[in-house]
Amino acid sequence: MVQTGSVLEVVKEQDGQRLIFSGRLDAEGVAGAWDRALSAAEKGGRILVDASGVDYCDGAGIALLWELQRRGAGEISGLKPEVGKLLQPFADAERKGDEDGRPKESMVEAVGKTVVDLMRDLYEQVSFLGQTVVISLKMMRRPRELRWQDFWVTYERAGVQALVVVGLISFLTGLIMAFQAAPPLREFGVDLFVVNLVSLAMLRELGPIMTAIVLAGRSGSAFAAEIGTMKVNEEINALTTMGLDPVRFLVAPRVLAGVLVTPVLTIYADLVGVGGGLFVMMGRGYPLVTLWRQLVSAVGINDLVAGLIKAFVFGALVAGIGCLRGLQTKSGASAVGISTTRSVVTSIFLIVVVDAIFAVVYYAIDF
Amino acid sequence: MEEDAIISVRGLMATYGEDVILKDVSFDVKRGEIFVVLGGSGCGKSTLLKHLIGLYPLASGEVLIEGGNLATAAGVERQRILRRFGVAYQSGALFGSMTLSENVTLPIEEFTRLPVEARDVVSWMKLKLVGLDGFGSHLPAEISGGMQKRAAIARAMALDPALLFLDEPSAGLDPVTSAEIDALILRLREGLGMTFVIVTHELPSIYAVADRVIMLDKRKKGIIAEGRPQDLRDHSDDPYVRHFFRREAE
Repeated sequence: MVQTGSVLEVVKEQDGQRLIFSGRLDAEGVAGAWDRALSAAEKGGRILVDASGVDYCDGAGIALLWELQRRGAGEISGLKPEVGKLLQPFADAERKGDEDGRPKESMVEAVGKTVVDLMRDLYEQVSFLGQTVVISLKMMRRPRELRWQDFWVTYERAGVQALVVVGLISFLTGLIMAFQAAPPLREFGVDLFVVNLVSLAMLRELGPIMTAIVLAGRSGSAFAAEIGTMKVNEEINALTTMGLDPVRFLVAPRVLAGVLVTPVLTIYADLVGVGGGLFVMMGRGYPLVTLWRQLVSAVGINDLVAGLIKAFVFGALVAGIGCLRGLQTKSGASAVGISTTRSVVTSIFLIVVVDAIFAVVYYAIDF
Repeated sequence: MEEDAIISVRGLMATYGEDVILKDVSFDVKRGEIFVVLGGSGCGKSTLLKHLIGLYPLASGEVLIEGGNLATAAGVERQRILRRFGVAYQSGALFGSMTLSENVTLPIEEFTRLPVEARDVVSWMKLKLVGLDGFGSHLPAEISGGMQKRAAIARAMALDPALLFLDEPSAGLDPVTSAEIDALILRLREGLGMTFVIVTHELPSIYAVADRVIMLDKRKKGIIAEGRPQDLRDHSDDPYVRHFFRREAE
């Protein structure tokens, strides 16, 4: 039986098969011949390969001849010496399947690896927190050691430049809450209590949370990208070998800026958010003086303080996580992107977790 | 243009803004030749290479690769010219998110119809040729700079191009690996008839592989010597050229 192809002819013989190659054994020719040649070799019996008609053989052709030999084909006859030389380096070589891509792991291994990674990450976060606290205490004793120029630049970027986005988001949040709450409360004749709802929600919860989320998206990610790029470029190594502590040099100014800027932004967010709610209520016919009296009776200084305490913690959290993820950056072009994403995801996750803890604590102490 | 020339350069002028880096550079590279571009640091070797492969636009002049002009070619014709050559960059330029095996397989996957198994074997062979078999599942960040260079050469050879541009292939490699790269270049030329354009100033490699060299000079902004490296070392009229090839201070 004879099967013909552009470069391969398979001739069945009594005790096996003869594979006759001719023409150009390049990527194009091999693409059409690969499966037929290997399936012929799989059928068993003696495999003879005749390459006397091959005019040209590139890497794909060499790969096919090598694979046939590996699968038990005898000597390749008629091979041109220059092609034989290209095949020679692979004569005794063995190819392991796991060399072709990423190492494959079972589900159990993957779960185990994830748990170990999570525990390691937790350990690093705690360790980093301790390191940052120690450095911060040292800075309080010797404030001159802080890089104030970096602090002010970070403060401006994270604070002043975030005013528009924080303001817009807070105003719209207050406005949406009032819009959604007013009609159902109206049915009970208590729609003036929308002021209580919006002001309490903004001061105690949404003001600090929205500010912290914006900070995580704008500044935390920027810290991770900036420090991550420095890590990739070995600038962190340079700092270390110069005897400069990267935590003091890079982390301290950013964390301090984060801690101090978040409460200020939160107060701003509270004002604008409550303003958004009042704006809707004025549109529903309530005079400003009535709304103001309702507001003053609804919220106290403790509500503002409750939100500001959270803001301090969120600020430290977002800035610290951004810096930590930056310092954890591995090498390679994708590493900075991964660090940036991890910084935002971790920050938002921890903001919600810490906020939940605050909610329980405030409830327990009746604050 | 000579009949057997695979590259023909005529009156090439390269500029960065207002600064002229190279001017009136003309030469041919013959098919199957190992052609080396050399010169002192900052003389424009890598700049010339980037103009040859079409990364930078020419200020004036013409570069023909197998008769095709990358500067004016578009669409299918441009793809045809690009498929005829491979480039191994000085830094490796491997894709960081892909393993070495995936880096080498990428062009094979994109430009051939080879089945997956065949692609894997070809990619493994290319890595073996540069001494990196067993490292296919590693990411570039997990291997040394010298290994990254070798992986870059493997990727450049993935489609068995007729012409290979190598930018500083031996720089940063140990002498044994460097000699292995030289042997690989000679073997590929002999087996596949490939043409090499190599930018380097590693003298041992130049003596080992170069058929012909051109030497660029920063002051003259162009070619100051052309020929066999041994001839230039022993018989050049220009003392700077002789010093360069003898590795002597001026």
